[in-house]
Amino acid sequence: MGVVTVTAKFKPAVKEPGIPGMLRMTEERFTFTPTDQRSTVKLDVSFSKIKAHRFTKEGTKQALLNILHDTEKGGGYIFEFDNFSDRNVCRDFVGKVLGKFQTVPSPVQNAPELSTLVHGEQISAAELERRMKLLREDSELQKLHKQFVMSGVLTEAEFWAARKNMLDSDTYRTSKQRAGFKSAILADVRPLTDGQSNKVTFSLTREIIHQIFAEKPAVRQAFLNFVPSKMTENDFWKKYFKADFLYRAKNTLAAAAEAAEDEELAVFLKKDDIVAEESRRKIRRVDPTLDMAADAGDDYMHVMDHGILRDGSKETADTDNGLPQRTLLQDLNRHAAVVLEGRSNEVELGDTRAVAEALAKSKQVELSNQAEDEDANPDRLQRLRRMTEIEDLQGSQNLPFAALCIKDPREYFDSQHAIALKTLRETGGGTKFDNLILSAKEAYEYLVDQISEVKGGMNGPVIQSEAAIKILSGLNQHVSSTKYNLGKSPQESVLGRLPNKTKDEILDNWASIQELLQHFWSSYPITTSYLYSKVTRIKDAMTQIYRRLEEIKESVQSDVRHQVSLLIKPMLQALDAAFAHFDNEQQKRSAKSEGRHNGVAP
Amino acid sequence: MRFQIDDVTVYFPYEHIYPEQYEYMVEMKRALDARGHCLLEMPTGTGKTVALLSLIVSYVLAKPQQPLKLLYCTRTVHEMEKTLAELRFLYDHLPSGTRLLALGLSSRKNLCVNPSVVSASSRDSVDSSCRRLTASWVRARAAEAPPGTVPSCSFFESYDRASSGGPEAVLLPPGVYTLQDLRAFGKERGWCPYFLARHMVNYANVVVYSYQYLLDPKVAEIISREMQRECIVVFDEAHNIDNVCIEALSVSVRRVTLDGATRNLTRMTQEIDRFKATDAGRLRAEYNRLVEGLAQRGNLPITDAWLANPALPDDILKEAVPGNIRKAEHFLSVLRRLVQYLKGRLDTENVETESPIGFVASLNSQAGIDQKMLKFCYDRLHSLMMTLEITDTDEFLPVQTVCDFATLVGTYSKGFSIIIEPFDERMPNIPDPVLQLSCHDASLAIKPVFDRFQSVIITSGTLSPIDLYPRLLNFHPVISRSFQMSLTRDCICPMVLTRGSDQLPVSTKYDMRSDPGVVRNYGRLLLEMVGAVPDGIVCFFVSYSYMDSIINSWNEMGILQDIMQHKLIFIETQDVVETTLALDNYRRACDCGRGAVFFSVARGKVAEGIDFDRHYGRLVIMFGIPFQYTLSRILRARLEYLRETFQIKEGDFLTFDAVRQAAQCVGRVIRSKADYGMMIFADKRYSRQDKRSKLPGWILSHLRDAHLNLSTDMALHIAREFLRRMAQPYDKAGVGHQKTLLSQEDLKKMSEDSGSMV
Repeated sequence: MGVVTVTAKFKPAVKEPGIPGMLRMTEERFTFTPTDQRSTVKLDVSFSKIKAHRFTKEGTKQALLNILHDTEKGGGYIFEFDNFSDRNVCRDFVGKVLGKFQTVPSPVQNAPELSTLVHGEQISAAELERRMKLLREDSELQKLHKQFVMSGVLTEAEFWAARKNMLDSDTYRTSKQRAGFKSAILADVRPLTDGQSNKVTFSLTREIIHQIFAEKPAVRQAFLNFVPSKMTENDFWKKYFKADFLYRAKNTLAAAAEAAEDEELAVFLKKDDIVAEESRRKIRRVDPTLDMAADAGDDYMHVMDHGILRDGSKETADTDNGLPQRTLLQDLNRHAAVVLEGRSNEVELGDTRAVAEALAKSKQVELSNQAEDEDANPDRLQRLRRMTEIEDLQGSQNLPFAALCIKDPREYFDSQHAIALKTLRETGGGTKFDNLILSAKEAYEYLVDQISEVKGGMNGPVIQSEAAIKILSGLNQHVSSTKYNLGKSPQESVLGRLPNKTKDEILDNWASIQELLQHFWSSYPITTSYLYSKVTRIKDAMTQIYRRLEEIKESVQSDVRHQVSLLIKPMLQALDAAFAHFDNEQQKRSAKSEGRHNGVAP
Repeated sequence: MRFQIDDVTVYFPYEHIYPEQYEYMVEMKRALDARGHCLLEMPTGTGKTVALLSLIVSYVLAKPQQPLKLLYCTRTVHEMEKTLAELRFLYDHLPSGTRLLALGLSSRKNLCVNPSVVSASSRDSVDSSCRRLTASWVRARAAEAPPGTVPSCSFFESYDRASSGGPEAVLLPPGVYTLQDLRAFGKERGWCPYFLARHMVNYANVVVYSYQYLLDPKVAEIISREMQRECIVVFDEAHNIDNVCIEALSVSVRRVTLDGATRNLTRMTQEIDRFKATDAGRLRAEYNRLVEGLAQRGNLPITDAWLANPALPDDILKEAVPGNIRKAEHFLSVLRRLVQYLKGRLDTENVETESPIGFVASLNSQAGIDQKMLKFCYDRLHSLMMTLEITDTDEFLPVQTVCDFATLVGTYSKGFSIIIEPFDERMPNIPDPVLQLSCHDASLAIKPVFDRFQSVIITSGTLSPIDLYPRLLNFHPVISRSFQMSLTRDCICPMVLTRGSDQLPVSTKYDMRSDPGVVRNYGRLLLEMVGAVPDGIVCFFVSYSYMDSIINSWNEMGILQDIMQHKLIFIETQDVVETTLALDNYRRACDCGRGAVFFSVARGKVAEGIDFDRHYGRLVIMFGIPFQYTLSRILRARLEYLRETFQIKEGDFLTFDAVRQAAQCVGRVIRSKADYGMMIFADKRYSRQDKRSKLPGWILSHLRDAHLNLSTDMALHIAREFLRRMAQPYDKAGVGHQKTLLSQEDLKKMSEDSGSMV
């Protein structure tokens, strides 16, 4: 961005006349050197400290620029310029630099809004959106957010500070993902007529150009050939759309006439040789079980004029005029194929010519890669083989699989576990719950015995496989059931037996307590007044929850009260610990302040 | 698994078997034992092909004393590949040491490995470039000339050298060979795969090739001549077999054909003059040969034969070529008169329909060509071209077409008609006169097959009504049965949609199809389904022109854009290469989870043989009823013939034909019982009893009464329910005594039970 140097007056306050001098701005910092060498007012401020900037409207009395380091209190550096154009240069520069530092797209509009939203933090629109997205995706998170941030227990920043990793991983993912082509066929380059004149308007964007090049290699090639040696880019597109318009109007005669006159235009109307070449190459690698082109080579019946010609099922296409018919159907096929292929990563949307060249190059690379693997393609054979097999007649197969990405493990394992338990019970293979400990012990002994046997002599049968399986499954069941017994399986766990309302309440409170405790403990040691106020707020919220838990405990029916109290107990304990700590600190603090008051150390 | 059916040990390549597969095998075994023909309808998605292959192969293996050969006919090359893949799977499960040779046979275009030949674009040019290198006289010239001056095919030469050590010197090792395997083998050995395959057909246990290699007399005479009587012939997916038979014996002549024929004749005259000057002996030798009554059928080298006589061998009497066309010049002048006469007939203003007898009579009176001369036209032409050493046969297609026509017209007097149309019905402004010789009797082409081979098995997923086929094809099956499908769960969900979401009826009836309301309702239906159904959806339209117009209207209405928000769109076009690539892309889109819609045409190439099983097709929508174009004169002539000969009512036949096409289209979604799919018949006419009842039983049995009269929103609701139900895990083996999967033990028990009952 470089450096901006202008003459300006620095005003320590709005009312003051101002000190004339030079304002110099670089990307990192701005400096002000007064003309009067004796003046002590010299500024050298880093932009990283600057939060926003404000300025007067054009046409007002003074051309002012206020560079703020604190948006709320309005502390900043005010400069007055000789004219508005100088001011605007500086204003734009500051805006850009600040945008870079804080990723605020348009500081003028966002500044007031942000100040209400955020405490001591500037967040970009992208960041905001990401947070919104997370909230939208995760209902529990949303509930927490509503409960604490909206009610003012936690600030937005505090809430998200504990979830930095979520935001980070998200940004990581979004930056990695490549966007493909749009699914919709080029609908946005439809001709627009204004209704009054005969003018037709087409609008183009980089994205559209890229797509045109990808779908129509002939156009790409023509672009590389003609631009800029033969015509300008603008002329090129004009010609292209002229051809396109003729095609859309289905005016084949006019198209033929135009093409005969103008050979460059004819390029767009002709059949795309590059696509044809590509399809010739591709057809050789196509799955033989759907290769209908091979059929055309086997069909002696349709040797010229054999078979039934005109029974209505076959349509005779008239290809009389020189130009081949490009149909919507072909366009659709081509479009879908290109979308499916996706875009190659190295192609950046930028200069049109660069895009064209990059696409051409990537095609070349593809071509050379394909050259080798024509006949021997074990992958294809493998696929063919899989296709022919009838899956349910065959025993199970080890197919490659992708790992599950489980958003909510509790829900997932709950259902899985329930199914597993059910099947186990149905098959009757499993041992009963009650004697599990016993069987585990037995199993251990049995295993030890067996191992010693094995050690003793490898000749005999090592282990009865049946017994082994029984033991292993018994052990597994024991392990898994105990692991998930509490709160993991809806039918089996304590939670599952509770009435739904109570269960939900407990779970809600549990989530809230976790959240609050996390914030509570992370605020210690209390070093600032801000942290102190936060802790107080959190403590109040916790007290409320504590009370609510007590209420739950009392309200539930007697048959489950014991279990509920068992469940709630650890929560209460955790809260108690927090309260105790808080009280402790409070005492220490008051003692300290008293001590200071009295001038006596405690 | 292996099990016994009576005295035959059947090797089945899977651990389990469906009960209907077992029954199917039992029935087929009975037909083979009885050495008769049979007709079997078995629903798609029940593993018909593998059951058939494993029974016949096991049967052949069990009876080594009587060598049987299996000729397996598929309609298309890709189906051939599929069958060979299944066969290979079976081969891997046969006991080791089994000697079985199976191969696919196709044309030169699919088998040639000579890069200079195979680069030609069409089949005919590949054929003739091959001939240019391998014809006997070219090779003779090459042998005399210094090496390098006359081009030859190294693959054929080395094959020829190897085979000079006797026919046993060039053999494929046992195994299953797809076309690609043959090419790979040929490349490795340096042998020509095409001629090797042609040679190996005599040794193979299983030959898989296209219908025409048996049905079309032009091809069958060359390829299938040496097949012995002990063959089991299978026509798979044979619901269209009557149409194939009819097409095999139909020829049409257009103006371009006649112009081309005139050019050919001029060139042949020049050639004759040249030969007269240089080598008059050849022509005289040919004349003598014809006097002796040997047409060209003697022992020609394998490379010289091309398409044979279009009429059936038995119909050509074993008599000598008539005297008045034995001399080359005379024959040419006869042909010239014939072409002239045909040109005159094409210059008509009105549509004319004539029987072959009338046509021959007027030809005789006006051009002086009698029936016998006509009958021998093709053989005589063939002989002449051989004598003139013409290698670029693709240049001579027009005159061959004319001679085909002449021979057919001279041979058959019944079951054909000649129709001359000055223009296409639908485009009356464009003059395009055509003279069509169309065959109406499907039994003519298939008759020699039934007569010659001991067992012919005709099988398909849709042969309903099953009693119609024996009448159409004029044969007597020893077994004719239609199998039901035993289902573990209701994995197919047919629906009849009669109304759009606005409750207005939808139909492709001629007066309704271009109604924007109907077009929009069809579009909305697809749009709703695209949002609800995962992976692949296939749509069938009644014709190309209808598909074209409806897609254009959808594009203008913006429906197409909305559909593309959910799934990619691929379309069958008239160009096979493009369609193949579209299909390939469609599959990839389904594989990667992107999801896609495929637009296709009933009676089109895709509907004929591409499977949309599993995630490649969770839903098929049949837009309308695919009736034939009833104003077509050929169709009307055929209907008349059917009414007179078989007492089949016109309406019945048309409905039968349309519904079998529709059933065929929707039947492509199911491959096994673990698979599932929905079928929507979107036309109000499907709800009528006369149309619906013609659907095959396995669809009808799943068509609930509640699903007979649906609107778009109801169909959407049903679809959602169905998909949810199908996503649940289920017990594959079936419950109770209604077993839908049998293991080896089950079969053993069953055979013991039946044994004890006897």
